Amino acid sequence: MDSKMQQHGLLGSESDSQRTLYPYVTGTSVVALKYKDGILMAADMGGSYGSTLRYKTVERMKAIGKHSLLGASGEISDFQEILRYLDELILYDNMWDDGNSLGPKEVHNYLTRVMYNRRNKFNPLWNSLVLGGVKNGQKYLGMVSMIGVNFEDNHVATGFGNHLARPILRDEWHENLSFEDGVKLLEKCMRVLLYRDRSAVNKLQIAKITEEGVTISPPYSLKTFWGFSAFHNPTVGAEGSW
Amino acid sequence: MFRNQYDTDVTTWSPAGRLFQVEYAMEAVKQGSAAIGLRSKTHVVLGCVNKANSELSSHQKKIFKVDDHIGVAIAGLTADGRVLSRYMRNECINYSFTYESPLPVGRLVVQLADKAQVCTQRSWKRPYGVGLLVAGLDESGAHLYYNCPSGNYFEYQAFAIGSRSQAAKTYLERRFDNFMDSSREDLIKDALMAIRETLQGETLKSSICTVAVVGVGESFHILDQGTVQQMIDAFDIAGEQEAPAPEPDADAEQGAAAEPGAGADQVGAVDEGVAPMDI
Repeated sequence: MDSKMQQHGLLGSESDSQRTLYPYVTGTSVVALKYKDGILMAADMGGSYGSTLRYKTVERMKAIGKHSLLGASGEISDFQEILRYLDELILYDNMWDDGNSLGPKEVHNYLTRVMYNRRNKFNPLWNSLVLGGVKNGQKYLGMVSMIGVNFEDNHVATGFGNHLARPILRDEWHENLSFEDGVKLLEKCMRVLLYRDRSAVNKLQIAKITEEGVTISPPYSLKTFWGFSAFHNPTVGAEGSW
Repeated sequence: MFRNQYDTDVTTWSPAGRLFQVEYAMEAVKQGSAAIGLRSKTHVVLGCVNKANSELSSHQKKIFKVDDHIGVAIAGLTADGRVLSRYMRNECINYSFTYESPLPVGRLVVQLADKAQVCTQRSWKRPYGVGLLVAGLDESGAHLYYNCPSGNYFEYQAFAIGSRSQAAKTYLERRFDNFMDSSREDLIKDALMAIRETLQGETLKSSICTVAVVGVGESFHILDQGTVQQMIDAFDIAGEQEAPAPEPDADAEQGAAAEPGAGADQVGAVDEGVAPMDI
């Protein structure tokens, strides 16, 4: 009787092998914004193992069906699990073969339901998801957190991106950004994150989704500048330190 | 059709390759009171004849709203129809909750058909004894489907089911080429005319029929009796031929009946106190 109660997971701390306690391999921020023709999304390719920058070619953005693009931060294995759920969802949608297809709004809501239900079972998928897409000319950009909080906006970011990138976007985003301006704005955000987020790596991808489809760029690096005068003779005010 | 030794079980084939129980279920649909449906590019109209058993009782509900964008009219065993409507409402609301988007009609109809098929292949079940006219809107436009007890479904421009539906079908067959581009008003007028055809001489009044509409920018809803009676008055008395624009003050044209059948109706209408200006 006692062991049965513990297995329910609500009370005891034994039998907790059934619930997620903390993430292991994690991705850092994802930043995305709406522009003239659709959505632009950027994420670096790092997979951290605690404080170690362990994996440097992790693709954290994937196309979903014809109309959507999903970016994730947090536990990479949970992201892969979500991709499997969505794969099945899109497969059944295509099997109807009836001219109807799931758009970004539908996928976003489906993900919200999944995340919230897992949270209710105390076994969350440890991710913050960014879902963007275009269908029938309508642009859509939304976010879902690991506890099922979801919302839509003109620009979104996860993790550190919320603190470092969103303020920049609030100041500089406007309707009908051109592709070039959108990329420049995203790169500005990613550069700040590269300087200030310890789990960021200098290898990123930018993805765009328009009515025509999804394009994910090949990996590239941002130029950084370290020649600040404060970095010359950093110990001049504190002899003996390093 | 006559009784034979292969019609006891739904899971027994006849030597001619027929499932008699399923065919008998379709007979049940033919015994129910008429229901008709027709659609244009942007609207779908459902109508049905509501006969109460006696003057003391109310009439049965045969048109159900399934969701804002889908409605259904039934003919046959109304109890079976209610159960299937509840199933359809459930499917729609579950889809809406998960995807925040309306369930495409075509998919609901397939789910309904598959549910009906199950009952034709289990020895402990019987087929549903109800035919459903499903009207709905989705991304690809306005649709009208007919779901059979056999588990088949078809898409229609216009259709009628139930008793004396052949008369309505004949009327609709003559006119259906124009339906795609019809206005909402013309569509409702054609629906009322089709209902009248199934009444075979009886006067058409709003107390014995129900009309429902769904369209672009218009949620599925049943028109209230007052509105229906107004339309009957406007369309009916204004001449049942090709007069397109309905006039409320149709006094002048009261006597101008061309067809004898329509004439009898008109006389009947005046007699029974359906005064044209009674709005």
